[in-house]
Amino acid sequence: MNIIDLSEGDPGFLAEVEARSEQKLNTCYQCGNCTAGCPYTFAYDIPVSRIMRLIQAGQRETVLNSKSLWLCASCQSCTTRCPNQIDVARVMDVCRHMARENGCVSERTSKLFVDAFLKSVEEHGRAFELGLMAQYTLKSGRFFDNIAVGPPALMRNKLSFKPHSIQGKDQVARIFERFRKGE
Amino acid sequence: MAKIAYYPGCSGQSTSLEYDLSTRAVCRTLGLELVDLEDWSCCGSTPAHTVNHVLSAALSARNLALAEQQGMDMVTTPCPSCLSNLRTAAHKMEDASFREQANALLDTPCTKNVQTQSVLQILSEQVDPETIRAKVVKPLKGLKVACYYGCIMSRPPELMQFDHHENPMAMDKLMELLGAEVVPYPLKVECCGASYGVPRVDIVTKLSGKLLDAGRELEADAFVTACPLCQMNLDMRQGQINSALKENFRIPVFYYTQLLGYALGIDDKELGFKKLCVNPRPVFDKLKEAAQAS
Repeated sequence: MNIIDLSEGDPGFLAEVEARSEQKLNTCYQCGNCTAGCPYTFAYDIPVSRIMRLIQAGQRETVLNSKSLWLCASCQSCTTRCPNQIDVARVMDVCRHMARENGCVSERTSKLFVDAFLKSVEEHGRAFELGLMAQYTLKSGRFFDNIAVGPPALMRNKLSFKPHSIQGKDQVARIFERFRKGE
Repeated sequence: MAKIAYYPGCSGQSTSLEYDLSTRAVCRTLGLELVDLEDWSCCGSTPAHTVNHVLSAALSARNLALAEQQGMDMVTTPCPSCLSNLRTAAHKMEDASFREQANALLDTPCTKNVQTQSVLQILSEQVDPETIRAKVVKPLKGLKVACYYGCIMSRPPELMQFDHHENPMAMDKLMELLGAEVVPYPLKVECCGASYGVPRVDIVTKLSGKLLDAGRELEADAFVTACPLCQMNLDMRQGQINSALKENFRIPVFYYTQLLGYALGIDDKELGFKKLCVNPRPVFDKLKEAAQAS
């Protein structure tokens, strides 16, 4: 059993998560409904209900370094089923934002996929699937993970070899530029 | 009926070409006029909101602003992920300070409240079922289908405002209307593994494998889906699932618009059956047999 000394918690962490997610985390009484319905618990290092408790206890390091943050698919099961109307998926999202801002990346491939996807949108205005997959594969070095789905998709002309660029792609690129300036 | 701006979403131009194609064909046949939203861009999908909520809202809001400029006050999309992002952006921008932050990232601000609904919602709520029934020329009689909605079409309910969040029925009702037998599929809103097919394929093979297994238990001839990501995981990755789980699933996975189009007698070319990875032929053979028998 992992025993946490609550006197060593960082109450600022709870306050920050509450402010950024606009959720009252202290209403969580550990019923476990979120974890019971979470399809990803089998892959998590810390179940979502325990993440909620760790936030209450101000455990910044443990939460921000958890793999679970990077494996949550935002399927909204937890949010939909929380008896106290906590938007749990949003709390997970906010923790993921904070982890990213603090350079805590416990699931590297998840981050690389997100980065490759957004880079593609920034460059073309729309997601260019073949391009982003190439980018992801190069950066991650995971050359064989997706090889099985390449041929079926290509044979059915599903993956375009050229991006579907749009007229307003500079407008989209400026969204990203302004966002980075403001960070 | 007022014109509706159509937002196909990025996957509609690649991995879910057949969804876009069949959606357009079905809407045209049922008299729903869709006008392509000109110069639409990516909504940001899941990746954007996992990075920052203002960035995500701005990427979606550019499209809502385009709808506003093009004189439309309703946008529709077949894709639940686009739907969720567009609705989240509109919802968050009801807050003046959030709207200001999102608009600060845009060239042209989004000032009006443009509504977004899924094509499924519009077909379910704005088209009289009797109109559909009257147009059915090839009923789906003899076919057993499992309707799989995916996780975000109706969740969270406060945001999505459509169908039931635990037991959605829109596709079930539609398929029954077309003459199909709908099995009581228990995993309608369970997650398929979403976009983790790329960074963590083990997650998708496990979660989507469970979905296929439940369909097989209920002896469904086919799955019916409404989400490009769900369809891709169940169909294009069915081979990967079989290898990972030592299984032998061979269940065709359709978009609901494809089967609706088939029943309405729309030409196969407009429904994109050839884009499906698991061969749907056994389904058509069964339908033809049933049609001949009656």
